[in-house]
Amino acid sequence: MPNALSEALEILAQGGARIVAGGTDVYPAAKQGRAPEVYLDVKRIEGLSLVSQSDGGTRLGAAVTWSDVVAAELPAAFDALKAAAREVGSIQIQNAGTVVGNICNASPAADGVPALLALDARVEIESARRGRRDVKLADFITGVRQTDLAPDEMVSGIWIPPQEAASQSAFEKLGSRRYLVISICMTAVNIVLDRDRRIASARIAVGACSAVAQRLTALEQDVVGLAPDRVTVTPAHLAPLSPIDDVRGTSAYRLDAVGEQIRRAIIKAAGT
Amino acid sequence: MKDHLRQAPLKFTLNNAPVTAAPYPGQRLSEVLREDLGARDVKIGCDAGDCGACTVLLDGKPVCACLTPAHQAEAKTVETLAGLYQSDPDTKKLADRFQNHGAAQCGICTPGMMVSAVALLRETDAPSEAQVQDALGGVLCRCTGYRKIIDAVMGAPAIAMDGGGAVGTSVRKLDGGPKVSGGEIFGDDVAPAGCLEVFVIRSPFARAAFAFGALDAFAAKEGVEAVLTAADIPGQNVFGVIPQFADQPVFAEGEARFRGEAVAAIVAEPGFLVDFDPDTFPVVWTELPAATDIVAAQEAQAAQLHAERARNVMCGGFVTCGDPQTALERADVTVQARYQSGFVEHGYIEPEAGFAEMVNGRVEVHACTQAPVMDLESLQIILGMDRSQIRIVPTAVGGGFGAKLDLTVQPYLALAALKTGQPVRLCYSRSESMQSSTKRHPSDITLRIGASKEGKITGFDFYGEFDTGAYASWGPTVANRVPVHASGPYAISDYRAESKGIHTNNPPAGAFRGFGVPQAAIAQESLFDELADKLGLDPLEFRIANALDNGVPTVCGQVFQQGVGIRACLEALRPAWGRERAKAEAFNAPQDSIRRGVGVAAGWYGCGNTSLPNPSTIKSGIDAQGRVVLHQGAMDIGQGANTVITQIFATALGLPISEICIVGADTDVTPDAGKTSASRQTYVSGNAARLSGEALRAQVLEKINVGSDATLSLEGATLVAEDAQGRHVLDLAQLAPDAEGYVFRAEETYDPPTVPLDANGQGVPYAQFGYAAHLVVVDVDIAMGTVTPTKFVAAHDVGQAINPMLVEGQVHGGIAQGLGMALMEEYIPVRTENLHDYLIPTIGDIPPIETIIIEEPDAHGPYGAKGLGEHVLIPTAPAILNAIKSATGVRITKVPATPSLVRMEIVKALS
Repeated sequence: MPNALSEALEILAQGGARIVAGGTDVYPAAKQGRAPEVYLDVKRIEGLSLVSQSDGGTRLGAAVTWSDVVAAELPAAFDALKAAAREVGSIQIQNAGTVVGNICNASPAADGVPALLALDARVEIESARRGRRDVKLADFITGVRQTDLAPDEMVSGIWIPPQEAASQSAFEKLGSRRYLVISICMTAVNIVLDRDRRIASARIAVGACSAVAQRLTALEQDVVGLAPDRVTVTPAHLAPLSPIDDVRGTSAYRLDAVGEQIRRAIIKAAGT
Repeated sequence: MKDHLRQAPLKFTLNNAPVTAAPYPGQRLSEVLREDLGARDVKIGCDAGDCGACTVLLDGKPVCACLTPAHQAEAKTVETLAGLYQSDPDTKKLADRFQNHGAAQCGICTPGMMVSAVALLRETDAPSEAQVQDALGGVLCRCTGYRKIIDAVMGAPAIAMDGGGAVGTSVRKLDGGPKVSGGEIFGDDVAPAGCLEVFVIRSPFARAAFAFGALDAFAAKEGVEAVLTAADIPGQNVFGVIPQFADQPVFAEGEARFRGEAVAAIVAEPGFLVDFDPDTFPVVWTELPAATDIVAAQEAQAAQLHAERARNVMCGGFVTCGDPQTALERADVTVQARYQSGFVEHGYIEPEAGFAEMVNGRVEVHACTQAPVMDLESLQIILGMDRSQIRIVPTAVGGGFGAKLDLTVQPYLALAALKTGQPVRLCYSRSESMQSSTKRHPSDITLRIGASKEGKITGFDFYGEFDTGAYASWGPTVANRVPVHASGPYAISDYRAESKGIHTNNPPAGAFRGFGVPQAAIAQESLFDELADKLGLDPLEFRIANALDNGVPTVCGQVFQQGVGIRACLEALRPAWGRERAKAEAFNAPQDSIRRGVGVAAGWYGCGNTSLPNPSTIKSGIDAQGRVVLHQGAMDIGQGANTVITQIFATALGLPISEICIVGADTDVTPDAGKTSASRQTYVSGNAARLSGEALRAQVLEKINVGSDATLSLEGATLVAEDAQGRHVLDLAQLAPDAEGYVFRAEETYDPPTVPLDANGQGVPYAQFGYAAHLVVVDVDIAMGTVTPTKFVAAHDVGQAINPMLVEGQVHGGIAQGLGMALMEEYIPVRTENLHDYLIPTIGDIPPIETIIIEEPDAHGPYGAKGLGEHVLIPTAPAILNAIKSATGVRITKVPATPSLVRMEIVKALS
């Protein structure tokens, strides 16, 4: 149980340690009789529990929980992230689970990822040997349960660049029940409206519709200049997606529903 | 062993007291609290953060103790329900409110619910409904339907009242105190910490051959006390709830027939099992081709699960009357369709768990069960022991709903205790509970119904196949019950219904609230709406016109002279039906993505065994000190049997419930009150309690020599009778007690009068039926396919409500399960073996429910009462499907109606 980041990184460099923060993914995935002998608890590490803001952007430390995000005073651009935080599992999960844990777990249905993509988030990675590096979130998650994280590295935080003051944001999650539900599909949108309330710029990210949540760049370009309620989502816009059939819904359904979900998220973000 | 990894002591404050513990790295806080610090009020339902039963406050914030590394509690405060109840007056008030609303049924989720609520109430003392839902959304409840919990947390006016508890009054649950204070003892709460544990080795395949390696070498490992296989069974390696169909081995031999089937068990010290990887157990599996659906299972080349059951057909059921074929040919209109449903998991929050030990050479099993005497009889066979050598002491049951009727942990515990001579415990993990416990039968039903132009049913032809899985369990009961009930509560003179139970390599399907009737009702009640639609008739009036009545034969030819309450139930829905339909029409006028629909459906259910003996015995006594003791062996699994049966007994005896002391259930001290199934406890055991109370009263009155109109009371050891002549006293201490210490005693048995069914299913299958009709309003998001029920109105004929609050509790809970079956629940082996892939409704999914209690007294029920538990969820699913049709024009014929399914059907209809 290290108290300093440097100490933690040394433990990681020795190998075999399992990083745990809120435990909300570590324990459900635990296999009978196969627990590691060393757990590295990042919640004890000084300075990792803070949401900090400066001119350079916003930083979420590795131990920042969903409840911390909800409680933090953040600009409107973060509304989608806050909404996603409120949709993570339950109060119990939000009080324990961390945003960084969510991206490191790299579930295709990770609730936080679309909102972070729509904020252009970057991931801060540290190791004892190589020091600090940072990568775009879109490059950090490389596949289902796969990340660009070496065994001796840990994510120390998420950095979000300064957002336009006028940025408005919304999150939509579709599930088969109200609480404690894994998304069928979800959308996070950050948009800036011009004086005529037309879309000046947009970042639109979709989760649970491909191995890794992703932004729909063609759509982002095509919506520019449109009134928010005039957006149409075409199959071509959704071409980058490759949803699967699973117990939560069919691939065809996900593609069908996500188009409408995007439309609604844009309208919600615009506040119309 | 992880013991060497235990580090410097962990120190924190638990319920205002400093504590220390020495967890190994990564050990869950829940385990440290329960096993090292004695906080057994922290309940474990899933070990994955899916159920919230283990919620504690960590520095004031609710977290799942099962997801919290124990080390994170260092220097913090941890509060659990038991601690809060002891020291926090607001928690005590909340506990009273839970009791006053019947918000704790089985009580297994109650610690999680109340702890979460305490955190909310510390922030705001007058929370809104939405705030309560957000705060409690992380805790699953399978019993209550959540509405009573919302009422309790919001501080709605109390429903329960003080008083003598006479039949017809809402008194608090007599066994509710420990449930709201953290004191209740469930299956995994009995064993002493550190005792030997049993770990069951299960098949990873739906069908597999297997061979063991060096079991002796494994058994010789340090920390392993014994290994158990079929070879260790002293009696017969077979069990089953229906003797002539008993076919399930305790441990499979040679071939495992479903994923999750037990083949062996390890008895070991907890320290060994922490590190035990099941893949290291010496068994070699050879996967074999499996039949995992009823079509494949009936093909010629399919493997036979049981040699004597050709083509994997276990058995069938049949009822016919009149001339259905001719009637259908002559009908003015007919409708026909096929309806399908999947496996449904009971989803009780308490996994199967128990403890066993040897006491004076006898084996004693403490476990959660719905049927203690059946457990005992099964163990007699398996252990090859006389029943006098076995004692079953049921613990509190954290939900059952049918699956805890079958043996689960009991044989493993008993065998382990016998083999080792030491106390042993076993608690299933959530996934092994889901893999190995019984399920609701998947169904594949084809139904054709005809009607005259005037709207009278003329001809009904039903054929249903049910996937009964690898073993019979209660499959024969489903096969028998379905043809009797498939008509619904209607007068149908030309009728044919046939059912078959088909074996597959799926988990055994067994008893689940309704025994196949909910599946049949989906077909029948959906087609009734289609028929009404085709005839241009109002669906509710169409049902009323065809409703069964007193003096009218059922499809089995049974004629009730009183107590047929379905017409009254349906008529009670008329005001809401008119009002809600008008509101929906106005709501739908503008074109919008949300469409509102109103649906209605009905149901009936026969209480007790189908044309078979089904007795209950209740013993009672009064001792020389004036203590009135009720030996109550009818398992209370949260539904309220302890309270209801006591109310009936007290009413018959003529004393207030406060004078009654309940003992049991325990096979050493309570006579057999049968199993808690088939909605029989209020009716059958209730009647036995009534007879016992009346017999006790008659003895007392005779002894005092007063008439039957005398009023009784107790003043210490003095029994007082008052009548028109005045006050008569009897000093109980002067009477000679019997061997059990009773100066008066009465043991009475009740068995429902039934008549066997003939080859055409004609006879008297049940002495009584209960009736139900539900109305539901749903909002369907056309573009997304999501269905949101916004209101239920539920009319139930219960003959006589013994305790109206508990009636409402059953109605709410049944509706929640029916809603889950309709919209979200389907168990699929491998894919949904946990409570985040298998979804049951949360507190945010159950809308307000208006309960209308109809009381058409039954000729046989105690004070006219009828059973209720299973009746409730029969109309719920078809009512929802009918509402979806009304909202969208789309008929869903398969449940669950997930958003994916509903949207794809809407797309199909649009194209």
